[in-house]
Amino acid sequence: MACEDGRAMEVRLTLNGKPVRVEVDPRERLLDTLRYRLGLTGSKEGCGEGECGACTVLMDGVPANSCLVLTAQCRGRSVRTIESVDAKALGPMLASGATQCGACTPGVVMTALWVKENPGLRDSHTLRELMAGNLCRCTGYDGIIDGLHAWVESDARSGGAA
Amino acid sequence: MKVHAPATVNEACEMLARAAAEGRTLRPLAGGTDLLVHWPSKSAAHEGEYLDLSGVSELRPLVWRDDALVLGALTTYWDVVREARVAAELPLLNAAARQVGAVQIQSRGTWAGNIANASPAADGVPVLMAYDAGVALRSSGGERVVPLSAFYTGYRASVRRPDELITAIEVPIRSRDVAVFHKVGPRRAQAITKIGVAITRLAGSGADRWRIVANSVAPTVVRCREVERLLDSGARITSAGGFMPALQADISPIDDIRSTAAYRRTVMGRLLYHSLLGACSSVV
Amino acid sequence: MLPMHRLEGLAKLTGAERYLDDEPIPGCLWGMTVRSPVSRGRITAVKFDPAIDWSSFIVVDHRDIPGPNETYLIENDQPVLAAGCVRHVHEPVVLIAHEDRRLLRRAVAGVKVEVDPEPPVLDYRVPPRAEQVQRGSDNTIKSLRIAKGDVERALASAARVIEGEYQTGAQEHIYIEPNAMAAWVEGDVVVVRGSMQCPYYVLNALKHALGRDERRVRVIQAPTGGGFGGKEDYPSTLAMHAALLSLKAGGRPVKIVYDRDEDMAATTKRHPSRVRHTTGVDADGRLTAMKIDVLLDGGAYVTLSPVVLSRGIIHACGPYFCPNVLVEGRVVLSNSVPYGAFRGFGAPQTQFACERHMDRVAGAIGMDPVAFRKLNLLRDGQTTATGQTIGGISGGTDRVALLDRALKLGAWEERREEAAAFNLTHPYLRRGVGVSCVWHGAGFTGNGEVYLDSKVQVAGLADGRIEVRAASTEMGQGTSTVFAQIAAAAAGYDAGEIVVATPDTAVVPNSGPTVASRTVMVVGRLIEKACGELKQKLGTRGSGLGVGGLNGDSLRRAIVEWHARNPGREPAATATFEPPPGVKFDDERYVGDAYATYAWGACVAHVEVDLRTCAARVLDFASVQDIGRVINPVLAKGQVQGGVVQAIGWALLEECRFRDGAMVNNQLTNYIIPTADDVPPIEVEFVEVPYAHGGGGAKGVGELPMDGPAPAVLNAIADAMGREVGADPMTIPMTPERLMTLVEAAEGAHGV
Repeated sequence: MACEDGRAMEVRLTLNGKPVRVEVDPRERLLDTLRYRLGLTGSKEGCGEGECGACTVLMDGVPANSCLVLTAQCRGRSVRTIESVDAKALGPMLASGATQCGACTPGVVMTALWVKENPGLRDSHTLRELMAGNLCRCTGYDGIIDGLHAWVESDARSGGAA
Repeated sequence: MKVHAPATVNEACEMLARAAAEGRTLRPLAGGTDLLVHWPSKSAAHEGEYLDLSGVSELRPLVWRDDALVLGALTTYWDVVREARVAAELPLLNAAARQVGAVQIQSRGTWAGNIANASPAADGVPVLMAYDAGVALRSSGGERVVPLSAFYTGYRASVRRPDELITAIEVPIRSRDVAVFHKVGPRRAQAITKIGVAITRLAGSGADRWRIVANSVAPTVVRCREVERLLDSGARITSAGGFMPALQADISPIDDIRSTAAYRRTVMGRLLYHSLLGACSSVV
Repeated sequence: MLPMHRLEGLAKLTGAERYLDDEPIPGCLWGMTVRSPVSRGRITAVKFDPAIDWSSFIVVDHRDIPGPNETYLIENDQPVLAAGCVRHVHEPVVLIAHEDRRLLRRAVAGVKVEVDPEPPVLDYRVPPRAEQVQRGSDNTIKSLRIAKGDVERALASAARVIEGEYQTGAQEHIYIEPNAMAAWVEGDVVVVRGSMQCPYYVLNALKHALGRDERRVRVIQAPTGGGFGGKEDYPSTLAMHAALLSLKAGGRPVKIVYDRDEDMAATTKRHPSRVRHTTGVDADGRLTAMKIDVLLDGGAYVTLSPVVLSRGIIHACGPYFCPNVLVEGRVVLSNSVPYGAFRGFGAPQTQFACERHMDRVAGAIGMDPVAFRKLNLLRDGQTTATGQTIGGISGGTDRVALLDRALKLGAWEERREEAAAFNLTHPYLRRGVGVSCVWHGAGFTGNGEVYLDSKVQVAGLADGRIEVRAASTEMGQGTSTVFAQIAAAAAGYDAGEIVVATPDTAVVPNSGPTVASRTVMVVGRLIEKACGELKQKLGTRGSGLGVGGLNGDSLRRAIVEWHARNPGREPAATATFEPPPGVKFDDERYVGDAYATYAWGACVAHVEVDLRTCAARVLDFASVQDIGRVINPVLAKGQVQGGVVQAIGWALLEECRFRDGAMVNNQLTNYIIPTADDVPPIEVEFVEVPYAHGGGGAKGVGELPMDGPAPAVLNAIADAMGREVGADPMTIPMTPERLMTLVEAAEGAHGV
């Protein structure tokens, strides 16, 4: 299979749990497909070089920078964006001051969600190491780390993962 | 832009062979973490032709053989971080993998892509080279395995022919009594290396036991053969400065946007000295 | 007041908050900027690639500007688009718009600005040669002076005189949302919406350059993803650019969203500084003379530099008493991107120098740095450099007690002892502790708040809720939430019954710019006053209740009844700023009450240096401050923690590297800000002393956190390194390369 410049190519993937078919330019980044083609503008572009993490989505369950992924490469993959996250789950992050200006926040929440849903990660990594791919200029990170800690703990207390 | 999406290694090799025969540049694409940096403004790259490997499932797995760990060409850093046996048997791979970017990059970036991209700052390469890894190159004509230490021919240049695909990296499992990795970046995470060094020593006795491999201090990731010889000779080194004559021959750092030549040279000496002081009492 | 979560917090956490680029605008064109390739010269030609069909593009240059080609600010010296000459690399020359972003990028690359170069000033510290002079006789943008007592005589009779020279580098704001602005024409009105701190600054700039009065220009703030001063004045440029493109496109919407590399290379940064101290002390270690010379790099245009210099020199002596002071400040032009507002506004630069210097003075006279500070900290009744007596409303908590609390929170004594023991045994790690004491004047300097003449309106809505109308913007610091809390407290409402209006110049009065740590203190106070006015209005004219009797339920009922009686209208009240009684400042002589009040802070840093790499890492950090009453503890703590980490970045990591006047590390890969893994938890405590003239009793909090960390961290590095290798760091960012140079010089270049 090959695709010429300018000609749209079809990509089927699972997006937020639902099968989706998109026709995209082969040069299109996943971030642009999400934002400008599908109207999922929760993922932000902070740098376009895979550094800030504001565009973080989960690809097959693991955080990835959607600015560094061609949509064409998402064939058959599962992509989860901030739009799939239930606001009701985010109380601990709200209470801790995890968001200020909010531009980094959707990416922060996606990484945090992955940490929360994979308790084993915390055996080998610190929360700060796991969150190091999400640059934040407002909080100094305490609000984020404290919120994530509380989120993880609230899960432990209620006795189960989501 | 043209994206070719083969389903098998054979298909990929045929596409590469055809392109090579027709004089077209067909660039293999794995995780995309190098190619897509600043993508919207890279209009020249938009005109390119790419071989998207993401659908070639046979390139994905990480496999343990009796004598080696085999990383498929699509094995990511995160795959290695997750593999507990790596941390136990080839700890430097784990150490290097978890210092590449952060998880968002570790989950997409591949070891093979890091090798193929041939950056002198490549973070995955020093530890592989210090473990005597080999690079499996496949073409429609057959397969060859090139020692990683003989893979690079110059800045951003390697022995890989345009019709060849990196299909795997073989990391032999051998008993080592020294294994140290240092990455010196501008910050603790999410950093491009200013100076990196991987140090191993084969257990037992005999010659040619040391491997000292550095990145960001020469046009390619480089084995410091003079330092290795010095250590193999059993010389006693009593200060960081003691490594300098050998290092002068091995590395050729430059001033660039990330650091200075002088700093890189000094830090290399200090890292070697303090690492070996801790890891191997016979050095002093 | 109940603790309250950020109003828009859940919208931000779920990605539902829509920033400018998240909102689809039908028929919108993208706009981009063609920029100067060199730092100074005469434009000889602008060439358009003949291979491109330009008929499908909107192209704007300086000839399309209806009004004066000037950016309206302190001095109108900065063109909207370069005409004839350029003064810095990346200066905007031509604007292009198209609906296809990819074609637009190619088109921008297809425009060549040819410049006949002239000799640029690339190092502000070097006096200019004749051919480099571009302003006055020596490129000075502004000189300011503060004098008290007789500094020369005091120096001559001092027991000891200690000198030092300190330098700080440029710093990028790195708000995570890059600059973004859209413009379109509705009827006869140019409407601009985007990311900004100060809607009325944007309005004034548009009025001036477009030659329109305020009825034909409207500015609306979009949710703003961080500012830190970087969206104080710069958004005016984007707004004018977007408006010019839209006007040329027949009123079609045009959106400009900067790429990160463009935002970093082309927009304002923190002023680089060089500060020289000559300090006299008496035999007991009391400060007797402080002679300070402040030099700032202003960059290519005036922008806000005179005011940055002003705040810088006023804070240059730190929170100390000294009877004889001479501070001479100068900001000079250079051919770099104009430097502009950045959290702290000159005060972090001069207080870095002062606090590093205080440690060196203490060291030189053999005094403990804490004892030296305690001896010299301002006591109530003593005067500042401008002769302002501290105490009463300008005071607050006891500065010595505040320092003691910071020392306790930062485990000063314990960590100091531990570090000494640790350093004796570790082969290559060295630990140290550092302290700093800082102050920050809240609100505009001198009579600035009077000139601003800020106004706030509150209105009763038909359903009984109250709407707060102010131009003060939410950019992450919590304006909306705190305004709702303050209004709720004043009205006896729940905060959920307060509507905070979107800053839109067609709706809200000018409550002044969202800068200078003034929002809660000054504008918050106006909200209280306006709520009081509203109650009074409704109480006297309305329900028969006495003045001030309305509150909560009765106020809500009165509003609803008022609406029933006056269909189509609304009850509203406006409050206008009045200075606290007795506050006087002489703008000419720099004498008097520079600020009505000050926030006070003390920081303790615990740092580890790796001698192998000379990388310094902050292990622990404690910050204690008096910001008046704390209205929202989570938000206030977040301001401090965020400011501390931004300041640690400035101290250790963040360096703008320039080549021929252009920033070359204009990527987040190469301009290094701290990640979560680079900083420790920031310990924060507040000492609450309500300020009678601030909203809810608050003083400013936004900028103080930027002042103390850099010197505390450098003092800790000096403490860690000093005993052994004598490295004495006096420049930031103290990168490993820089520290290695100091260490090698001190130890004579042999390894450790």
